[in-house]
Amino acid sequence: MNPLEEFPLIQVLNEEGQLVGDRSQISDDQLTEFLRWFTVLRTLDQRAWNLQRQGRIGTYPPFSGQEATQVGVAAALSPEDWLCGSYRDWAALIYRGVPLFYPLLSSMGHPAAGYLPDAVQALPVQVVIAAQILHAVGLAWAAKLQGQARVAVSLFGDGATSQGDFHEALNLASVMSAPTVFVCQNNRWAISVPIERQMHSQTVAQRAVAYNIEGLRVDGNDILAVYQTMKRVVERVRAGQGPVLVEAVTYRLGAHTTADDPTRYRPRDLDERLRQGEPLARLRRYLLAHGIVSDEEVAQMEEEAKALVDEAVRQAEAFPPSPPESVFDHVYGELTPQLREQRAEMARRVSSGEPGGGRRG
Amino acid sequence: MDVVASLTMIQAINQALDLALATDERVMVLGEDVGPNGGVFRATEGLYEKYGGQRVVDTPLAESAIVGSAVGLALGGMRPVAEIQFLGFIFEAMDQMSTQASRLRFRSQGRHHVPLVVRAPYGGGVRTPEIHSDSLEALFSHLPGLKVVTPSTPYDAKGMLLASIRDPDPVLFLEPMRLYRAGRQEVPEAWYEVPLGEARVVRTGDDVTLIAYGPMVPVAEAAADSLASAGISAEVVDVRTLSPLDLETLTQSVTKTGRAVIVHEAQRTGGLGAEIAASLQERAFLSLEAPITRVTGYDTPFPMPALEDWWLPDVERVKAAAEFVLHY
Repeated sequence: MNPLEEFPLIQVLNEEGQLVGDRSQISDDQLTEFLRWFTVLRTLDQRAWNLQRQGRIGTYPPFSGQEATQVGVAAALSPEDWLCGSYRDWAALIYRGVPLFYPLLSSMGHPAAGYLPDAVQALPVQVVIAAQILHAVGLAWAAKLQGQARVAVSLFGDGATSQGDFHEALNLASVMSAPTVFVCQNNRWAISVPIERQMHSQTVAQRAVAYNIEGLRVDGNDILAVYQTMKRVVERVRAGQGPVLVEAVTYRLGAHTTADDPTRYRPRDLDERLRQGEPLARLRRYLLAHGIVSDEEVAQMEEEAKALVDEAVRQAEAFPPSPPESVFDHVYGELTPQLREQRAEMARRVSSGEPGGGRRG
Repeated sequence: MDVVASLTMIQAINQALDLALATDERVMVLGEDVGPNGGVFRATEGLYEKYGGQRVVDTPLAESAIVGSAVGLALGGMRPVAEIQFLGFIFEAMDQMSTQASRLRFRSQGRHHVPLVVRAPYGGGVRTPEIHSDSLEALFSHLPGLKVVTPSTPYDAKGMLLASIRDPDPVLFLEPMRLYRAGRQEVPEAWYEVPLGEARVVRTGDDVTLIAYGPMVPVAEAAADSLASAGISAEVVDVRTLSPLDLETLTQSVTKTGRAVIVHEAQRTGGLGAEIAASLQERAFLSLEAPITRVTGYDTPFPMPALEDWWLPDVERVKAAAEFVLHY
């Protein structure tokens, strides 16, 4: 088997922004809308980086470069479908309806960022690599048992494919025929470790063969490819034809987090080459070249994005601090006697205004 | 009139699972060999035939997958009762137990909760192969968001299992292997619950409190019998819920007797006995007539079965500890 032939890269819009495939499932308006989203998300991501450098937020994991995969995946879902992603997947969550200021809130350390709006069927962003993949299988399995036409999608990175939970999840979903879509965002680096040291396989998609499920490899920087592929995949999975593994080949334009310096481990020439195909510039080039959007409209999108992000920063910075004693409130459904006692003790400390309280919040 | 039957603990557990499956269609049982085989200890015997393979599910042999997918099942509206075949194998699922199941309510600020029961046989005394006899309750009692319970009688096993299934939070339900078939007890056939978080005073006494749980409760009772024939009145308290501890019941007893011996199979250092002793001296210091003493496994790995009788706490060691605190 030649995996690169068995799992050819699905591409509709190439690195130069030229159409090389079928885009019949996607209208000009929708593409313009995707560009608008990319612009907002990229603006937010870059602002978050700057806010961290200014000391206004804590550690932040940028998603720039992965917008096409995350938006394409989210756009292919129905509101009732579950999304189980990682800390780098805020773009998908925001597209599904999480307010723009949530990732900022999260990086400012507000507990409230873990409570995503009820209307968004998603779990809090996962920090442990690959753990959420099993949750997606369980959610999908539950939907199947209850006769719901609901799928569960898990987003994860290439590093996650080395974890046991990834393999256990694919195997279990296959055995149970749980309607799960596994989307690996292969952004080529797990912090500093390149994909070649993560696996000796040529593709992530070929791992599907071992579990007897469908595997696909898609250009993760090509919104047309991701969205149209995901639409088909989600339909198939929803129809009960078994789980699917999608490898979205993408590239993390930035660092792992604001605490990381990729120049330590990414060769400059390779970095320069890989960032050529990034999703925002690619889509913009195509839309401009075909007169679907104008330079003025692009400029207007950027202005609007800046205003939206300004507002998000304002909302995050105005967000009221949680009362310190609220730390006890969601450990169990009811406070245990121990937690009741400890909560009262903290509440006494808070109300006494003891030194140190001013640092809180 | 209540219908009762004389059941072993394993039968009581089986009956609880049967009743839960019959009563609540969200309940499902999953694990290794729980299907047609009925579980390696027969805890799920007959359930596959009665409720089918959708609700009594043999999973692939992967503990993290069992617990991790059960988290998803619980979030998706099911009431999964997962089995880890032996507690010693639960390390494979440690992240899913600790960071995932136990922490999701907290991480989501109450949006999500995980009504999941993980059952696991544990403890020594039945000559298992290595790694099958470990008592890991202290590791799990250290985890916020998780409840840890262990019955010592058939009656409690059924009532606590049903309470665990109804609980909105994840519960680790530890089943003392050596008590599965150690004796019979009258158990009502109907649904009843033994509330979590409540210790049980097994017998009252005035001179010393023997605090035990799970497999050590019968050992403490036998020690109390033996002490009684020497004119010493020992109170025996079965902790039952290891997290959160019922410190009120324990404190009341020790305040009355002034002396306490804590008995558990698990290794001593960092064991639950340390937590109980520390809490009791904080709450009952002026009532104490002697140091609180522990009778535990030793700080070694659980030994091969040929050595386990020397390793496990027994009646003689408990009696000696009681005499030590009585004559301090």
